[in-house]
Amino acid sequence: MIEIKNLHKSYRMGSNSLHVLKGINFSVKEGELVAIMGSSGSGKSTLLNILGMLDGYDSGEYTLDGVLIKNLNETKAANYRNKFLGFIFQSFNLINYKSAWENVALPLYYQKVNRKDRRQKAIKYLEVVGLKPWADHLPSELSGGQKQRVAIARAMAAEPKVLLADEPTGALDSKTSYEVMDLIQQINDEGKTILVVTHEEDIAEMCKRVVHLKDGVIVEDRVVNQVRASQYV
Amino acid sequence: MFSRDRWQEIFDTIRKNKLRTFLSGFTVALGILIFTVLFGMGNGLKNSFNEFFMDDATNTLSLFPGTTSKPYRGFKSGRRIQFKNDDLTDIKREFAFYLDYITPRITRSATVKYHGESNDYTTRAVGPAHQFAEKTIIMKGRYINENDIDNKAKNVVIGRLVELDLFGKGSSALGKYIDIGGSAFRVIGVFQDDGGDNEERYIYMPYTTRQLIEKNTDNIDQIILAYRLAVGYAGAMKLDQELTKFLKDKHDIAPDDQNGLFVRNMAEIVKQNMGFANIIQIVVLFVGIGTLIAGIIGISNIMVFVVKERTKELGIRKALGATPKAVIGLVLHESIFITMVAGYIGLILGIVALNLIGNNLKDYFISNPSVGFGTMLGATGILILFGAVAGYIPARRAAMIKPIIALRDE
Repeated sequence: MIEIKNLHKSYRMGSNSLHVLKGINFSVKEGELVAIMGSSGSGKSTLLNILGMLDGYDSGEYTLDGVLIKNLNETKAANYRNKFLGFIFQSFNLINYKSAWENVALPLYYQKVNRKDRRQKAIKYLEVVGLKPWADHLPSELSGGQKQRVAIARAMAAEPKVLLADEPTGALDSKTSYEVMDLIQQINDEGKTILVVTHEEDIAEMCKRVVHLKDGVIVEDRVVNQVRASQYV
Repeated sequence: MFSRDRWQEIFDTIRKNKLRTFLSGFTVALGILIFTVLFGMGNGLKNSFNEFFMDDATNTLSLFPGTTSKPYRGFKSGRRIQFKNDDLTDIKREFAFYLDYITPRITRSATVKYHGESNDYTTRAVGPAHQFAEKTIIMKGRYINENDIDNKAKNVVIGRLVELDLFGKGSSALGKYIDIGGSAFRVIGVFQDDGGDNEERYIYMPYTTRQLIEKNTDNIDQIILAYRLAVGYAGAMKLDQELTKFLKDKHDIAPDDQNGLFVRNMAEIVKQNMGFANIIQIVVLFVGIGTLIAGIIGISNIMVFVVKERTKELGIRKALGATPKAVIGLVLHESIFITMVAGYIGLILGIVALNLIGNNLKDYFISNPSVGFGTMLGATGILILFGAVAGYIPARRAAMIKPIIALRDE
């Protein structure tokens, strides 16, 4: 599903350049649930941004579902993001003046799905995350965990190939974190490929594979014995 | 581009961001309001100018005799020139090609009496064509006709206010006899005139009658003639020149004598004054457009601010698959929509304001200020254009937003 070969990325800061990713080789098969770990500055967020086509890379190769992702113009990147990827952010990033279902329906709007079908689909995914009764509520009327579940519903609404979660539990208490992880595990159980960036050991243990990044290189890549989050809920 | 979904999206955005929408709309509405009022006032000024000149025909030349200032053909300087009846016939014959109508005018003031009421009025002894030159409107009875001229009839046409002064309210002067300077005249018509109160206090009589009273002379004070409109402005200028030349030759006035004969060409005077009104209109237009541009810069500023405020939202949209085109479209569409709606509110308020002003400012030479349909169409075009301009720069900036920067946790 994801194929990365010798990926390099550096940021120019004035006259200095900061080499963030120093040759990443990494592949993800369909249905995997991968945790990307590392301390801050290790390059894990940069890697996720590149995977999410939110940022470009300098050299190497990145193939997503057989499509080489390189030197995309903005329009193409936007279309690929819409088609291939679902994002889950630490700070939820819901649009605050749109109701829960409208937020979930937004990726569908950019897929040019008509309004009636958008609503239907959005409600369906809100039901999956258990928030159907909150469909018409604004994000400000929801708790942190509920917001993240709306965000997950939104990420799934476009039926992407891969879900990318950047610290999905970073802003949540541990009980809510486990609820969210339980949801992510359930989605993964149905065969969706998911990448989770986290620095929390217990969250990483709930994935199926942990990739450890340090100073821009992968130092560890191991398969873990998945801890089910449902036992904590 | 203008799909129903886009509209839905824009209405959602507007409904949920009322203050922002109000602020941007307010600037534009104010700009358009001021523009409309200023432009209308300019038109009002022009209307006043029109009224000044349009109560008389504008295709006329007036000829006044003067006093020569140069010796010529054995005559000394300082000789008074006098028009006679044969001047009329000569002009009619020589300039038949140009001529629409011609009339003499002899102006005298006289005391007029009727049943104990008396007052001083100006009488004008004229030919039938004078009615067209002054655009006199007959209310009842008739104007002086050729018969009156031939018979030297003692018939007069009196102004509306003369009738009111002498006969009182509600009674008709028609057929009654009034005493003008000691002779009895029969009132055959009453007229009104758009030129104001003074013009409605004149009394018109046949010029031959006036000449009869003045010891049967054939002297004329002034000649008014009108050229056919078909000859145009250039033709009028040519007529002006040739007529001057002809009359100077006939009355033995040196060709370069500026004082022997005066010609007043209405076409030229109107042209000059309308030119002046047009310049004022242009100045007003400049000020108006300046105001409009200020409004547009206002909305552009607000849109820049709006885009900044929406950076995160637009970043989210981009992460979810909004193309740069979609982002530009969204911001631009909203900007144009707000500009247009607000602009129309301003336009309507402006028109209402102009209607309220109406003729209240007539003392300041502004009558019936208004804006035409064409101007409104133009303003609409400008609104759409300026809405697009105002929205485009911020929209492009919005499209440039990198989702990662927008989404970075603050």
